[in-house]
Amino acid sequence: MAIFVNQNTKVIVQGLTGGQGKYHGLRNKAYGTQVVGGVTPGKGGTDVEGIPVFNTVAEAVAATGADASFIAVPPKAASAAILEAAAAGVRFVVCITEGIPAQDEAKVYNTLVRDYPNTRLLGPNCPGIISPGKCNIGITAGEIAELPKAGKKNVGIVSRSGTLTYQALYELKQRGIGVSTCVGIGGDPVPGTNFIDCLREFQADPETDAIIMIGEIGGSAEEEAAEFIKANVTKPMSAYIAGVTAPAGKKMGHAGAIVSGGKGTAQGKMDALRAAGVKVGQNPTEAGDLMAEIIKSIS
Amino acid sequence: MDLFEYQGKQYFARYDIPVSPGGAADTVDEAVKVADKAGYPVVVKAQVQVGGRGKAGGIKLANNAEETRFHANNILGMDIKGHVVKRLWVEHASDIAEEYYASFTLDRAAKKHLLMLSAQGGVDIEEVAEKDPDAIVKLHIDPVDGLSAAVARKAAVDAKIPEKALEGVASILVQLYRCFTEGDCDLAEINPLILKPTGEVHALDAKVSLDNNASFRHPEWEEYRATEELDAREQLARTHDLQYIGLDGTVGIIANGAGLAMSTLDVVNQVGGNAANFLDIGGGANADVMAAALEVINFDQNVSSIFINIFGGITRGEEVAKGIVEALSRVDLRAPIVIRLDGTNAEQGREILKNAGIPESKLVSKPTMLEAARAAVALSNGK
Repeated sequence: MAIFVNQNTKVIVQGLTGGQGKYHGLRNKAYGTQVVGGVTPGKGGTDVEGIPVFNTVAEAVAATGADASFIAVPPKAASAAILEAAAAGVRFVVCITEGIPAQDEAKVYNTLVRDYPNTRLLGPNCPGIISPGKCNIGITAGEIAELPKAGKKNVGIVSRSGTLTYQALYELKQRGIGVSTCVGIGGDPVPGTNFIDCLREFQADPETDAIIMIGEIGGSAEEEAAEFIKANVTKPMSAYIAGVTAPAGKKMGHAGAIVSGGKGTAQGKMDALRAAGVKVGQNPTEAGDLMAEIIKSIS
Repeated sequence: MDLFEYQGKQYFARYDIPVSPGGAADTVDEAVKVADKAGYPVVVKAQVQVGGRGKAGGIKLANNAEETRFHANNILGMDIKGHVVKRLWVEHASDIAEEYYASFTLDRAAKKHLLMLSAQGGVDIEEVAEKDPDAIVKLHIDPVDGLSAAVARKAAVDAKIPEKALEGVASILVQLYRCFTEGDCDLAEINPLILKPTGEVHALDAKVSLDNNASFRHPEWEEYRATEELDAREQLARTHDLQYIGLDGTVGIIANGAGLAMSTLDVVNQVGGNAANFLDIGGGANADVMAAALEVINFDQNVSSIFINIFGGITRGEEVAKGIVEALSRVDLRAPIVIRLDGTNAEQGREILKNAGIPESKLVSKPTMLEAARAAVALSNGK
């Protein structure tokens, strides 16, 4: 088991003929992901190292039976690409594009909710998702993800930051702890998938025994997750929140990472998570150490 | 990107939101010229991006050219909480019957647009929210539906805007919403939104924050960029296209990824140091980017040690190391570097750094984030 994707997931890459799409699409395929097609308007009928390219998502889905899409197109084209995938019936859409205007994101999110409730969007501005050994969609280096181990305790990871996602994977790999699925939800103000969506799935996933959550300043997603954890998550968790020392009113690299009007601080988020029973580390390594202790205690 | 009041008003005007006749002025003579055109009395307002301008003496009423000259002369060059006034906005002074408040933002939790409207304007809205929360109407707007005139009117009624101002307020709300959405604002706020004794409603102030991600479709933002309040370090970083925020500590920070960069500041702080900056060089850390980053850090006179924190995900450790070695050959640094290189092929990367012949007084490698932070802070404090 894993969440959202598994070894049967068939992926098309929107923007496969572009630099990013080709590089990461081929890497995902090399990892073992079923990358079955690509979409680039006007390039239908060609191929990228044997992967067929189609003009539209609808054609690609009809020809390949794909149920997931990996979007690697520039910000201007990303909104339309997401909605095209949804309209073609794609169940799971991963969008790594950074720099989409917030107005577009809000419109796309609410359009999906209303018109395409069966499509889940991951991202934008996210590293993607990896279920080690089964499926890797996005830009995560598959080598740093420890395979889940049968008969042992495995961990699910959910994170707002790309590099801290890799850091978390690496912390677990160094300790030999297997990962069920690692989800990067992205650092933008309106993520398609939030912490709660992932926590719910991890709680239900029999392969996931414990969860690491990595948040950062800005918004209230961590506080809302804490409420959800209190009521619904019985699996043990460790967490880390980045941005304790971030100055107010500044966007810290991610469009969504901003403390405004005294709200969205790291301290507030850590307090909320601690109150929900989550073990909160002061840095990513400490969150890894705490997880190692958790795994030891439940093994 | 936060706009100055005068820019906000000019931006509002693009979306047909009524503002007072007036103009920007950089000199006393210009201020008088604008005042003559706007018609006396006028208000002379300091253009700084900080609250409390009025209290600091940065907003004055002038009844004639002489008074305008006097106030403009005083306000230009004035220091308001560390912001030096370089520009004025001079506008015709409005008679005010009533003051309201209106703003649009994105409510991240609800994932909808949020209208906040109150009949109690002209004061700090946070205070109103605290003392009399019922005085603020909060209305969520589905971005797909937008805001209709009917819904805007109902919000105004709910906010207890008096009958005589209803149509004026409702119509400004629709225009302000258009400015917020089509104009790609993170925030569009009018405080106060005034009712004049003559019955017209208009914007007496403008607070606008633009979404930088949308700049590709707003060539008109170029002029705002030119006046953005950046310190010299941030200006330099911008010329190199780096994600840099200047801080006031002594440990220069370079990290790949926004989350890791934030985390690096935190860890430096935990071990008793203070970061001089936030700098995210992104996923790939090639020599050009690294050299540019080091150049910007080196420009900061407060920096007494540099902490490079790289986690190789896609970027492999040996490539990062080669980039650093090459960058060091191009930039002559004042401060020593502590590097923590981890992730994919990190060992090979560390090997490259070790064999590059860089003296230990210039570059130290540490295996973990925490150890590297300690070393960087020790070097920084020892100076």
